[in-house]
Amino acid sequence: MAVRSTFPAGLALDAHKQQACGAPIIELSQPPRVTLALDQGSGYDAEPVVTVGDTVAVGTLVARANHLYASALHAPLAGTVVAIGMHEAAVEGGRGVCIVIESDGSGRVDDRVRPVQSAYSLSPEELIQCLRDAGIAGLGGAGFPTATKLVSARAGGTQTLLLNGAECEPWICSDDALMRCAADDVVLGAFLLHRASGAGRCVIAIEDDKPEAIAAVKGAIGRRRADAQRDDDLTLAVVPAMYPQGAERQLITTITGIEIPSGNLPAEAGVICQNVATAAAVARWATLGEPILTRVVTVTGGGVVQPCNVRAPIGTPLSALIAAAGGYRSVPLRLIAGGSMTGRALPSDEVGLTKAMNCVLVATQDDIGSRLGAVESPCIRCGDCSSVCPAGLLPQQLHRAALADAHDALRHLGLRDCIDCGLCDYVCPSQIPLTDRFRDARRRLNAAEATAQKAADARERHELRTRRLQEAATAEQQAFESVRNRARQPGDDSAGGTN
Amino acid sequence: MSSDAIVTAVLVAAALAVTLGVALGWAASRIEPDADSLVERIDALLPQTQCGQCRYPGCRPYAAAIASGAAEIDRCPPGGAATVRALAALLDRSQRPLDPAFGVPKPPQVAWIDEDKCIGCARCLPACPVDAIVGAPRQMHTVITAQCTGCELCLPPCPVDCIELRPVPAVSLRYRQPRAA
Repeated sequence: MAVRSTFPAGLALDAHKQQACGAPIIELSQPPRVTLALDQGSGYDAEPVVTVGDTVAVGTLVARANHLYASALHAPLAGTVVAIGMHEAAVEGGRGVCIVIESDGSGRVDDRVRPVQSAYSLSPEELIQCLRDAGIAGLGGAGFPTATKLVSARAGGTQTLLLNGAECEPWICSDDALMRCAADDVVLGAFLLHRASGAGRCVIAIEDDKPEAIAAVKGAIGRRRADAQRDDDLTLAVVPAMYPQGAERQLITTITGIEIPSGNLPAEAGVICQNVATAAAVARWATLGEPILTRVVTVTGGGVVQPCNVRAPIGTPLSALIAAAGGYRSVPLRLIAGGSMTGRALPSDEVGLTKAMNCVLVATQDDIGSRLGAVESPCIRCGDCSSVCPAGLLPQQLHRAALADAHDALRHLGLRDCIDCGLCDYVCPSQIPLTDRFRDARRRLNAAEATAQKAADARERHELRTRRLQEAATAEQQAFESVRNRARQPGDDSAGGTN
Repeated sequence: MSSDAIVTAVLVAAALAVTLGVALGWAASRIEPDADSLVERIDALLPQTQCGQCRYPGCRPYAAAIASGAAEIDRCPPGGAATVRALAALLDRSQRPLDPAFGVPKPPQVAWIDEDKCIGCARCLPACPVDAIVGAPRQMHTVITAQCTGCELCLPPCPVDCIELRPVPAVSLRYRQPRAA
C-alpha cells in the first residue's frame, strides 16, 4: 500500500544513507568496559541498584526504573562495577551519572536471562510488565519506555499501532539495516506489541527509498501469515521519502489522516507509534529472554573510513564503534549523536552508546560545515521557513516573539508544537539558528511558568494561613467575651448555689 | 456672513468643551476607580515571597499600599529590578532603582533545618508565612523545600540557630521533547 504524505510541508533532503547501509550489520564483540548513562535518552534517570565493587553478569539489572519515563538498565557484559558517578555522557549538557562496568572476560550470563516459554500466552498486562522489566524503550531516538506508552494506549482504547520504519533523517540507516537483516524479528515484535496495545490494526510504515527493507518486511509478513495461520491484521504502508516523515505526529497524519491536536497525546487520538527497532528488541526478549543489552547503530559521516551499521552493547564507548567503522579518516569537526538535522553534539568519543542513539555521525567540514561559522543576518521575511514547517507553524513570527521573550505570544504561536525538526533553520537564507532559538525560548518559557506557578502556590498558602489566623483570633475573642459576660452576671445559678 | 460663521463655530466648540468637562468631572467624582482590580494586578507582579522586607505583612498588603499611593514601588528586594520595571510599566511611573534601605536582591534560596541540632521548640512554625515547615513540639522539624519562599522569617525565632538558607536546588531546565506518548 503506497500512501501520500498529508502533513503540511516537509522537504526532500539528501539522504547520505548509501555508504552505510550496503554492508551487513557488524556484530561488535564485548568491549573491555562499558559506561551506562542512567538517563538513556528519555531525560529521566534510572535508580542504580548496584554499588561499586558488585559483580554483575550479562543481563543483571543494574538500575531500576523508579519513574514512568525512565527505563530499567541491565549489564551488557559480565564483570565488576568499578564506578558510579558523573561522566561524559550522551545527555544534554554532556555530563550525567553513569555506571561503569569493567569486563572480566567470562561472558557469564545472568540466570534470569533465559528464553521466554510463553510470550504468546501472556496477558497484555503481563506482557507490558515484562517489557518494563526488560527495560524496553523507544530505540528510534526518544528512549521513551515502551511499557508506559502501551499503558496509555490501553487506557485510551487505541485503534492503530503504527510501527515507524520511515527513518527519514539524513545519514541514519540503522532501522533500514535491521529491517533488511532481521525482518522476521520486526514482524514478531510487531505482533507482540499489537497484542499488548490492544489496537485493532497494526501498520508498518517504511519510506519508499528503502526498497530492500520493504521487500524483506513484505516477505516476513507473508511468512508469518503462512506459518502461524494467523490473521494479525498487520499491513505494510509505503510512504514517500520526505523529511520529517518519521516524526511521530507527521507519520500518524500520513497514515491515518488524523492530525493530533496541540497538547494531546497520540494515544488520545487512538494511535500509538513504536519504532521498528523497538519491535525487534521485543522479539529478542521473546525469543532469547534478553533485556535490551545491544542495539544497532549507524556509524557514518565523512570522518570515518568505512561507514557501517554495528550491533554493539549499550554503553560501548563510541571510539570502539568508530574503530569498527575503520577508524577516523580525518580529524572530525563534530561528533553527533543522531542525524544531521536533529542530532546532538557529543563531548567526546568516550561517551557510552545509549538506547536512544541510533546514529553516530562523525561529521567533517564538508558534511555540515556550511552552517558552522556562518554569520547570521537579519530576517528578510522571505517566508521560506513557514512553507517548510511540518507542524504548520510560523517560525518567522515565533522568532520575533522568542527574541522579545514574549511568553503569551510564544504560547499563542504554538512554540510547544515545534518538533525541533530543524527545517526552518535549514532553509533560512539569513542563516538564523531558528531551532536553537526555539529550544532556548521553550526552556525560558518553562522556567517562567514554573516560577509563576510557585508564586501562585505561595499566594494561596499565605492567604489560607492569614484566614486561619484571623478565624482563630476571632474565636479566641468570642471565647474571652463569653467568659467575661458570665463573670459579670452576679445572680446566676452557680454563683447563687455556693453562696 | 463669514464672521457669523466663525462666532457660531467658536460658541459651539466652547459649549461642547464646557458640557463635556462638567460631565467628565462629575463622572470622576462619582465613579470610583476599581481599586481591588488594581491591587490584584499589582499583587500578580510581586514575587509572593511574603517576606515582609517592604515593611508590610505580605505581598498583598504591599500591593494595596502601592495602589493607594502609600508606598513606592522600590521596596521589593526578592523581585529585584525586574519587578520594579514591571510595576513602573503597569502604573506608568518612572523607573527607579531598588531602595537599599529595604534590603538587597539575593539569588533564589530555601530554608534548610539542621535536623541534628533542632530541639523541636516549634517556634519557627508560626513564623512561616506559607506554612512550609512541618513539625510539632518536641518533634524534629523540616522544611517543605518545594513550598519554601526563602523569606528568612524563620531565622530570628530559632533559639539554636539550626536553620540556614541554601541556594535553590538546581531546577532542571533541561529541554524535553514536547510530550512523548
